[in-house]
Amino acid sequence: MLAGRKFRIPTELWTLVALLALWQAAVVVFQVPEILVPSVDVVFNEIATHPDFYLVQSMHTLSNTVAAFVLSVIFGISLAVAIVYSSVLEKTLYTVLVALNNVPKVALAPLFVIWLGTGNASKIAMGIMISIFAIVIDAVLGLRSLTPDMVDLGRSMRGSGFKMLFKLRLPNALPSIIAGMKVAMSLSLVGAIVGEFVAAQNGLGFVILSAQGMFRTDRVFAAILLLALIGTALFYLMEYLESVLIPWHESRRGHAPKPTTPLAPVATIKT
Amino acid sequence: MALAATSKPESTAPAAARPLAIEIDAVNKVYQSSDGAVTALGSVSLDVRQGEFISLLGPSGCGKTTLLRIVAGLEEATTGHVHLHGRGLDGLGFVFQRDVLVNWRNIIDNVLLPIDFKNKKPKAYRERARQLLGTFGLQGFENKRPWELSGGMRQRAAICRALIDDPELLLMDEPFGALDAMTRDELNVELQSLWRHADKTALFVTHSISEAVFLSDRVVVISDKPGRIVEVLDIDFPRPRSLDIREEAKFGQYSRHLRGLLERHGAFRKG
Repeated sequence: MLAGRKFRIPTELWTLVALLALWQAAVVVFQVPEILVPSVDVVFNEIATHPDFYLVQSMHTLSNTVAAFVLSVIFGISLAVAIVYSSVLEKTLYTVLVALNNVPKVALAPLFVIWLGTGNASKIAMGIMISIFAIVIDAVLGLRSLTPDMVDLGRSMRGSGFKMLFKLRLPNALPSIIAGMKVAMSLSLVGAIVGEFVAAQNGLGFVILSAQGMFRTDRVFAAILLLALIGTALFYLMEYLESVLIPWHESRRGHAPKPTTPLAPVATIKT
Repeated sequence: MALAATSKPESTAPAAARPLAIEIDAVNKVYQSSDGAVTALGSVSLDVRQGEFISLLGPSGCGKTTLLRIVAGLEEATTGHVHLHGRGLDGLGFVFQRDVLVNWRNIIDNVLLPIDFKNKKPKAYRERARQLLGTFGLQGFENKRPWELSGGMRQRAAICRALIDDPELLLMDEPFGALDAMTRDELNVELQSLWRHADKTALFVTHSISEAVFLSDRVVVISDKPGRIVEVLDIDFPRPRSLDIREEAKFGQYSRHLRGLLERHGAFRKG
């Protein structure tokens, strides 16, 4: 598996480099005005000339994102456990959560600013609000999917409810929970940016908004590029976490059957 | 033999003189289905003595599994009751039709799961788990994951898990039903030897006539809908039994007799 990785990473890197090259080529060939789409070298130059500024803004957004994500995971899993264990909570809390999930949560951002101010708290709250549902819904699904066989096994061993939860139900739900966490990670970033759009004095969302006011498209692109970088890094962090937490899951075992191509010749024979 | 430490000298007393292990007293089980009430078990009474090997034999769906589950406390009897002597429900090990090994634990930790569930220290039982696995030919597989083992090896590990807390009662629900014939034969021999040396009382659900005759002191034939005890057949073969006894005339007579009973009571229905 590691050997396979070693060869795959360059491919992914080359894809990104190719994408940047395409961008640069398109801007040069079609002579796109810099105010609409700046070329790659202009954007890189912008970042390179103000490295401290972009680092501080990036760290600001990143820390809010991670805080929102961690709190979402803690609250989300606790809520899911409560919902799975209590039929009353399932009928009340779960219904409320599902209803809330269908509200465009971006619309709530101004409310959080009124309640929590323009500081970090409102951004973190926004991040939680957007990302927690993914975790609750996937965790509830995972916690419920203990097979009847496993329930019987747990009951035949006559342990406490806690043992049942921590030794069977939660580990069994881990693949679902991690799937929810992967989605929640990127949604936490969305939440942090939305929070910064509404009211902030720092963060990459604030950089984008203030640069837009001054038609500094290069700055907007610089911030977007950094956001893409942060998002990708967080995604791979989750992938890594997955490989550490559930090495036993079907999707993580090295010998999973890979799609092969022997069917192709058969198809050509038919035609 | 690794289990010799826990075994008692084999009792020479006739079975009838040994103390009772399980008393099943007029157990009824009625299910509510969409077509009204269905009687799964109709007034089943059976006394099992310590150290006996009893098979419950019947067509599929006849309620023999239900009876086993009621004995194990996994289901409630509608009327009647089951009394377990000795340690009661804490003194039983259950082997399911499917092995139900959990993928997030390696083999030895799967075997130690009941210890974990009962709030005992798994460390203190590690050596015993190793010995048990050795008895079943699984030495060297302690740190493998369940998916790396064959079906027969997995079921062997599941039996070790049922035995780890040294139960007095071993309840088995068609444990070898999913295995191929050769593995099944092997496991029948291993199970007999284990049962003899460890002095367990065994209740074994099967729909295989030859398996029931080979393993049992008594075969309890259960009829289809409602499940009732049709006959309790004493199997008079000296122990230890080798697979060769299946070629003996007496084995054939037992088998023919049991097949006749099953035919008359619901199995092998035409169309």
